[in-house]
Formats: sequence, C-alpha cells, structure tokens
Amino acid sequence: MAQLLDTSRQALGLLFSGDPALWSIVSISFSVSLRAVLIATPVAFLLAFLLAHARFPGRRVLISTFNTLLALPAVVVGLTIYMLLSRNGPFGDLKLLFTQTGMVIGQIVLCFPLLVAFSHATLQAADQRAWETAVTLGAKPWQAMLTLMYEVRYGLIAAVTAAFGRIIAEVGSSMMIGGNILNYTRNITTAIALETSKGEFAQGIALGIILLLSALLLNFALSFMQARDDAAL
Amino acid sequence: MKKILYKTAFLLIFFVTGTCTGMADTSFINLATTTSTDNSGLLDILLPAFEKDKAYEVKVISVGTGKALRLLREGDVDVVLVHARSAEDKLVADGYAVNRRDVMYNDFVLVGPDSDPANIRGTTDATNALSRIVASKSLFVSRGDTSGTHKKELQLWEQAGITPKGQWYREAGQGMGKVLQIAGELDAYTLTDRGTWLAYRNKVSLVIITEGDKRLFNPYGIIAANPARYPDANYDGAVALINWITSPAAQNMIGDFTIDGQRLFVPMHDPLQSTK
Repeated sequence: MAQLLDTSRQALGLLFSGDPALWSIVSISFSVSLRAVLIATPVAFLLAFLLAHARFPGRRVLISTFNTLLALPAVVVGLTIYMLLSRNGPFGDLKLLFTQTGMVIGQIVLCFPLLVAFSHATLQAADQRAWETAVTLGAKPWQAMLTLMYEVRYGLIAAVTAAFGRIIAEVGSSMMIGGNILNYTRNITTAIALETSKGEFAQGIALGIILLLSALLLNFALSFMQARDDAAL
Repeated sequence: MKKILYKTAFLLIFFVTGTCTGMADTSFINLATTTSTDNSGLLDILLPAFEKDKAYEVKVISVGTGKALRLLREGDVDVVLVHARSAEDKLVADGYAVNRRDVMYNDFVLVGPDSDPANIRGTTDATNALSRIVASKSLFVSRGDTSGTHKKELQLWEQAGITPKGQWYREAGQGMGKVLQIAGELDAYTLTDRGTWLAYRNKVSLVIITEGDKRLFNPYGIIAANPARYPDANYDGAVALINWITSPAAQNMIGDFTIDGQRLFVPMHDPLQSTK
C-alpha cells in the first residue's frame, strides 16, 4: 500500500514538471483518436440511420454483426491491420505501418461497430413524428434525417463519447500498428505499457491520471452543454 | 476497511492466477529474466533439467531487464537472470540483492537493410559503424526501453561521441523482436542480441552488417534477492538455482545449445572468441 501511495505522489510530481516528451505523448493520443472518431462518426451515423429506418434484405444480419463486433479485441484488429499494411501485405506499398495514419485506421475499425450499434439503438427509439413533420414541411430526406438526428442528439453524443473512450484507452492496436515510436506513434497507453515494462511505475501512473483527467474534462463539457440546453427549454 | 481491501485483493490475485502457490511454499522459485533469454529457448532446456535434479519448480517471468531488476528490488521474485552488469552491481551495492554470479556471454550484432545505405559493411569497429549511420542520416531504430540491449546501445553511442537525437533516430520502446520488425519495415539499422536475431532473421528483411567487436560482447549474470531484506523470498531455492546453473553440467548444456547449428551463448568458463 505504501508503495502505491508513494508511486502516486511521484506521479503527481511528474505531471506538474512540464516534461515535453510527456506532452508529445498526450497530443499524439488525442490527435489520433480524434481523427479516428471524426472520420468514423458521419459514416457510422448514416449507416445506423439506414439500419433503423430503411428496410432491406440482410438488415438484421448487419445489426447482429455490428453488435457482435463490439466484442472485437483490439489486438486482433491490430494484428489484422498489421498484416495488411506490412511490407509483404497487400497494402505494403502505402508505407502506412508504424505511422499515425495506420493507428487512425486501426482505431476507426475499433470504434465503428460501437458507433453503429449505439447510434442505431438511439435512432431506432427516436420519435418518428420528427421525421414525418419535417417531410410534411417540405424537407428533403437528408434534411429530415438531420432533423431526426438533432432530436436524439444526446444519445448520439453518448455514442461518440463511448467510442472515443474506447479508442483513447486501447493499447493493443496502437502498439501493433503504431510501434510505440517516441514523437511519432507513442501515445498514452503504449507509453504506460512501456514504462511498466521498464519498471518505471510512477511514469505509468502519471500517464494513467492524464488519461482519466482528460476523459473527465470531456464528460464535464458534454454535461455542461446538456445542462445549458435544458435550461434554455 | 483496509483489511477487507487487502483480503479482497489477495483473493482476487489468488483466483486470477489460479494456482495455489502459497507464500511459504519453498518448492517454487520465481525467476525473472529477459525476453532474449526466454525467447531463445535456452531456458526450456536448462530449467527442466534443474527441476528434475533439485526438485524445485521454476516459474519464469519474462520481461525487459529494467522490469526484471525492478521485480527483484521490490522482492517480487526470488532470483533474476539478466544482462546489465552495472545495474546488477548497483542492486547488490544497495543491499537489494546478493550472490551475483556470471553465467554466460553472448554478443550483439548490428543489423540493417541489405542495401546498406550507410556503407558500413566490412567494418568491424562498432563505434565507427554508428558514426557512418549518423553521417549518412540513415534510420536507426532504438529499443528505447532501458533494457540491457538499450543500455548497451547507449553505451556505444557514448563511446562514439555521439548524442543520438534527430529525425533519423527512432525510439521504439518495445521488445527486440518487435524492434527488428520495425527496422525491417523502415529499412533501418538496429542493434540486436544474437539470440533474438537468429530467431527472427528469416522473418525480417535485414542482414548482419557488423559483428565481432569486443565491445559488443554481452555478459549474463544471475542474482538472488537479499534474504535479510525479503525473508519471504525463496532464498534457498535461488541459491540452489545459482549453484546449479554455474555447475559444470549446466555450463556444458549452455555451450551445447544451438539454433540452426549456431551457438548462442558461451558459458562463463569458455573463451569468448568461440561465439563465431
């Protein structure tokens, strides 16, 4: 117990020492995960909308597939993409292995099923009248779709938050695809894995605290927005 | 409250590991060692023989040298087999460990792309080879994880009078196998122990560029946790393993161990030159 307290104290000291390597690691984490979420979200929302409101063969199979993919282990995604991007793999010429772009691809694959499954559930439960009203008022289908999405925005925001939470905290695919290269592909989680393997537990805890604090900030911001919205009503 | 926490934590660990080691069971020895030793397959030969001989069971925790030494310092393992001489001596001097013995040697090799952009091939001078990498701005992938290999690499840069920094120097922070893969993908140079190299040479597009420099030799030591500091540690077991691994029988087994006809480790009492 004394060791854990001591390590946490050292960790807090490190956080406020303003180590530049530390901030490079933090910014890589956020830049990669934000890019992945930004790219995945519009496509996932559109697909979720179709799954919720369009009727086509194979729809149920698709829904079950995405629900199953929620259990996809990050290392399996990492390994698969590693083999695809490797020098001997089919996309080896793109030279994307051990780059941030490669990491973004891995994280898109990881968060996409989660975004689809959660936003599908939200859109499925949405009040149909918003759609009907919009169409009656002369909105084009895509405008009506946006209206419907706006009606259930909190559910959709929750889906994005959960997706972001999953990928910023994953270590398996970032380690395999990114390679944990300092100033290029070392993010918070791979750095924690590294510090642990070095026996530098304080560094690992410090990075863990940063990860949690930033998640906390994000959630505060979201609930603040929601509270302001509620007050305006 | 604290007690309940401790109990829950203990029970959790107990169930998760799923084995009934028990604190006082002295028939188990916890050995922390470097991934290079474990990956080479040497321990798969040595440990069963030891266990048969001395009626102990050895549990191997395979990690980087930095973490292995940390585990010993915290008293979480009974004995370590690593290659980082100065860090080992420091643990002994600080009173965390006792009875350090030399076990064996192997050597490091500098590997790189067959095209050899830094034009090093033919040089046996390790520091000169490093200078050429810098001069040609060729990529170099470093372990960057304070492992024994990383410490060796840093020592070589220091001897070459170079501060490794810049676009061309990539710190991977991963195990040797992974770093070899990264170097292969990036057409970069890297320093590796011969054991891991032999295990990976067919999986990566790299070749040996420089070998044989005396400064590339790499001694392995075995050390026990200090029983005065950690009474719970299985000191008798650790000493039994240390005595056995330095015995003529075990030393012969180390000398006879080969991968693809290549000898990996040279036992302590053998002349160094026989690594080739």
